[in-house]
Amino acid sequence: MPSLKDLKVRINSVKSTRKITKAMQMVAAAKLRRAQEAAEASRPYAARMTTVLSNIATGNRDNPEAPELLRGTGSDQRHLLVVCTAERGLCGGFNSSIVRRSRLDIDRLVAEGKDVKIMCVGRKGREQLRRDYGHLFIDSITFEGLKRMSYAQAEEVAEPVLGAFADGEYDVITLYYSEFQSVIAQEPQALQIIPATIDAVEEGGSNSTYEYEPDENALLADLLPKNITVQIYRALLENAASEQGARMSAMDNATRNAGEMVDKLTLQYNRSRQAAITSELIEIISGAEALNG
Amino acid sequence: MADTMQVELVSPERLLASVEAEKVMLPGADGDFTAMPGHVPVVTSLSPGAIRIVNGSEETEYLIAGGFAEVSGAGISVLAEFASLRSEATAEMFASSLEAAEKSLDGLEKDALAEATRRFSNLKMMVETLD
Repeated sequence: MPSLKDLKVRINSVKSTRKITKAMQMVAAAKLRRAQEAAEASRPYAARMTTVLSNIATGNRDNPEAPELLRGTGSDQRHLLVVCTAERGLCGGFNSSIVRRSRLDIDRLVAEGKDVKIMCVGRKGREQLRRDYGHLFIDSITFEGLKRMSYAQAEEVAEPVLGAFADGEYDVITLYYSEFQSVIAQEPQALQIIPATIDAVEEGGSNSTYEYEPDENALLADLLPKNITVQIYRALLENAASEQGARMSAMDNATRNAGEMVDKLTLQYNRSRQAAITSELIEIISGAEALNG
Repeated sequence: MADTMQVELVSPERLLASVEAEKVMLPGADGDFTAMPGHVPVVTSLSPGAIRIVNGSEETEYLIAGGFAEVSGAGISVLAEFASLRSEATAEMFASSLEAAEKSLDGLEKDALAEATRRFSNLKMMVETLD
């Protein structure tokens, strides 16, 4: 049975925890809005990029001169997994779910006898994957202390990826991130960025009438790397929004749990206070009775 | 033929402009060109330079650090890696693009090198006119 003083101390500590989680929840809500706006703002560019690319790519998929970024190298032996996670914890299962998703694929690919390498973006993913797969790491990038994701960060990630592909080190490159669906739902995703997965447009559309300057292959060689960067940028933004969403709901839960805990402890505190008073009274009364008797 | 067309200028981070215009001057990779309504559909990459969007007596000028443009019957979409209004542009804003362009010169040969050098010098010239 904890003493009254112990209970009081515990109630106060839970109360201050509740204040912290409440504050974190509100900060996450504000950041979430900003992250969503950033994701929103990046959509027109990505959408147009996709349209233009699929127009050009449709006619060139089987073209032996098309860049390898589009066709692939013709093999799927060497995989690079780019795992994007957050810099900070306290956001529910956000980081773990991305890591779990990538673990599944790593194990499957290794079991199939493929060569697997991992590149981590974000501190949390690196920490979680390092123990089991540290020997597969080629690089990790962290954006610690960064306030806002910008296109420059996407370029920072894309550069080594594209460089390694150009050097012929990998056949397939896949991006892992979390898609923002709502504050309570974030879906971990695996997106193959090389070879490009571009939906073909239907034949006979307006696309066949375009002129290309310079020629199609030069344009493709220019556009495909940009498209990779844009996809990475989108993944980073989705991740940023998901992280804040996950943190918001995790902190909301924590705040509620702390509230329940405070109620429970307060009840216990009052009960034991009453019990103490009652027993003291009984002692006094029975003492007086004994004297009178 | 319509008198104006829809022009959109987007960078990865945001939509900069979405306006009606009579003509647009673009710094194409194979030379500057002006697109007016009814232009032949074309997809072209763009050199670093200025884009001028003209509508009547109004003229807006943007600077871009490269990108590409899609001209179609419906209008023009300009996808710039980095873009800014000319009046707001500073040399500092283009510093990182310039640096990246300079770095990309390494390890290239012949045609690719010539192309990259041209892009770099265009960009450099543009930046030097600022400030």
